[in-house]
Amino acid sequence: MTNKSRTKSLTHQSFIVRDCALIAMATGKRARSLVGLRDHLETIEQESIYYHFWGGLLRPQFEDYEYHNDFASWAAHTLNDRTIAERLGIIDSTKYETLDQLRQELVELIDERVDELEVVPWAPRDKQFEFIVSDIVVFTTKKAIQDPKALLNIVPKMSLGSIFYHFIDARRRSPERTDDFTPWLKSFGKRYQDLIDGIMGIDPCLTSLSALRDELTEELLKHLMVNK
Amino acid sequence: MSRLIDQYMLITGPDVIEQLHQLAKPLKGLRVVHVNATKHGGGVAEILHKMIPLMNDLGIETEWEVIQGNPDFYSCTKMFHNAMQGSQVQIPEQLFKAYEHTNRENAESLKKSLSDADIVFIHDPQPAPLIENIKERKGKWVWRCHIDANKPFRPVWKYLRNYVSQYDASVFSLSAFAQPLPHPVYLIPPSIDPLNEKNVPLERSECVAVLEEFNIDPERPLLVQVSRFDRFKDPIGVIQAYRLAKQFIPTLQLVLAGGGASDDPEGELVLEEVRSAAADDVDIHVLQLPDDSHRKINALQTAATIIVQKSIREGFGLTVTEGLWKQKPVIGGNTGGIRLQVINHHTGFLVNSPAGAALRIRYLLRNYDKSLEMGIKGKEYVRENFLITRHIREYLTMMLSLVYGTKHRIDLK
Repeated sequence: MTNKSRTKSLTHQSFIVRDCALIAMATGKRARSLVGLRDHLETIEQESIYYHFWGGLLRPQFEDYEYHNDFASWAAHTLNDRTIAERLGIIDSTKYETLDQLRQELVELIDERVDELEVVPWAPRDKQFEFIVSDIVVFTTKKAIQDPKALLNIVPKMSLGSIFYHFIDARRRSPERTDDFTPWLKSFGKRYQDLIDGIMGIDPCLTSLSALRDELTEELLKHLMVNK
Repeated sequence: MSRLIDQYMLITGPDVIEQLHQLAKPLKGLRVVHVNATKHGGGVAEILHKMIPLMNDLGIETEWEVIQGNPDFYSCTKMFHNAMQGSQVQIPEQLFKAYEHTNRENAESLKKSLSDADIVFIHDPQPAPLIENIKERKGKWVWRCHIDANKPFRPVWKYLRNYVSQYDASVFSLSAFAQPLPHPVYLIPPSIDPLNEKNVPLERSECVAVLEEFNIDPERPLLVQVSRFDRFKDPIGVIQAYRLAKQFIPTLQLVLAGGGASDDPEGELVLEEVRSAAADDVDIHVLQLPDDSHRKINALQTAATIIVQKSIREGFGLTVTEGLWKQKPVIGGNTGGIRLQVINHHTGFLVNSPAGAALRIRYLLRNYDKSLEMGIKGKEYVRENFLITRHIREYLTMMLSLVYGTKHRIDLK
C-alpha cells in the first residue's frame, strides 16, 4: 500500500488487501569467508540486506528457522562458526531505523569476530554466500473491509504473499515500522487496543508466513470473538 | 473457462491467475519473440510449447523462432554446452566459424521479426550471437541461460561473454549459475506444465498397459530415470546404483527412458554405452522414446516406486519436478537445480555416488510410509514453486521492469 492509498484507507476506514511476490536478481557478489562477507556488506545495496533478512520467507524451502537471516545461517551451516552465527542471528532488524544502520551493525559484529579468530574459515566453492537483491511486485485483490471484525473472515484465507505484504513489507513502508493492521485498527480509537497489543506482540522472526498467519488468526479469534 | 490460462485455476486457485492478468495488463500490445535451437526435445522446447500460447492468452503477442544449423554448428554448440558445465573442451577453429556463420545466416532470415520486437528472449548459447548480427533493435533483448553454468570452462565463457554482455538482461535458473555481467541478472527457475500430457493424472490401467508394453512387471519395485542420453545425466552411474541395490532387493527393476534432442549429436553414442552397460539384464529397460511420448513418460513416472535423476551436472532437472509432481520420492545427484528441489528427508535424497544412490534406494523401499510422506510433500512443493504459472509471473515481472524501467517495487493498481 502506498502512503497515498494508506491515507485513503484510513480516511474511509477500509482495509484493502494486497498481495505480493518477489523476483530475485544476482548481484554477482560472492563471499567465501567472513572477511569477504564484511567487505561486500559495506557496499552492497540496501535491498540485498533486506532480502537476506526477510526474502527467505517467500523462498522455496522447508522449515529451518534456526537463524532469522541468511548471514547467520551461512555462518553456521557453511563456515561452522556458531559464535558469529549466534551474534548475527539475534539481530532484530526491525529495531533499526534504516538499513544502513543495520548494515553497520552487521559489519561491526563481523569485524569483531574476525579480530577474535586466528584463522578465518573458508567456504567451499559451491557454498559461497551469494548476495541477491529482489524486486517486489504488489498486486491488488478484490478484498476490502470496513469493519475490523471482518478480519476474521479474510486473514485465515490470506495468501502467504498477502501476509508478507501486510505483516513484513509494511514495516519497511510505514513510518512507525509496524504491520498494516495496527495503524488501521488504531484509526478506530481505543476500541481494539487489546487486539493491537496482541498483534504487535507477534514476533515476525524465526517462523514461517503460514505460522504468522496462524498466530494472527489466533489473536483475532481471541479479541474479536470476545468483542462480538 | 474457455481460455487456456483460466484452466490453471483449478490447480493454482483463482488468485494466481488474477495476478497474471494484472501483470500482463500494462504489457498488452507488446510483441515478444523467443528464439532457441530446437522445436522438440529437452526442457526448453517443452516450456516454450506452453508458454507461448499462455502469453498470447494474456494479451501479449508472443512468437517462437527456431534457428537452423548444420552438423558443425550443433557439434560446436554441444561443446559449448559441455564447456559451460565445466568440461575442458578444445573447440576447433572451424567449429567456431560454423557457429558464427550459422548465426549470421539466421540473423538475415530473422532480422525483420527480431528487430521490430519489443522484447526478444534468446535461449542458451546457440543463438547468442544474433544480437551482434542485428544492429537495429527496437526492443529489449534478454539472454536466458538454462545450463548449469556454476563453473564454466573459462576460455569458452570468455568467448560467449562477448555476446552475452551486449544483452539488456540475462536470466539464470539459480544464483550459483549466475555470472557477473554488465546488466541485470534475474534468477528464475524453470517450471513444468501441470496440464501437459506428461503431467496430468493417469488411471492405473493406462500405466499398467504401458508397463506391459515394455515387459515391465507392475507388481515389482521400479526405479525410473527419464533423461536425454547424456553423460552429464550419468545413466551408467544409475545402472551401477541399481546393481548395488539389487543385491538386497532382487525384484528391483530399472527404466532408463529418454529421447534425443535434435541439437544433441552425442546422444546416439551415449545410448550405445548405456545398452552395453545394461548387457543382458532383463530387468534393465533402456527405452528410446519418440519426442511426443509424453503420456508414456507420464505412465512410467506414475508407475515408478522411486524417481532417479543422478546427474553430475544439471541446469535444473525438470524430470525431478515431474517426479515430485507425481508424488514420488526422488533420488537426485547433488548438483545444480536438483539441490533446489530434492530436499533431504523432505522430498527425497541428494546423492554423490552410485553407492549413495543404492543406499537411498534401499532406505526408501524399506520405509514405505516415509516414501509416501515425501511424495505428498513433494507435490505441494512443486505446486507452490515450480509450476508454469509462477514462471510466467516472473517473466512478466521482469518484462515490466525492463520496459518501464521500474526498480525494486512494482505496484499494480
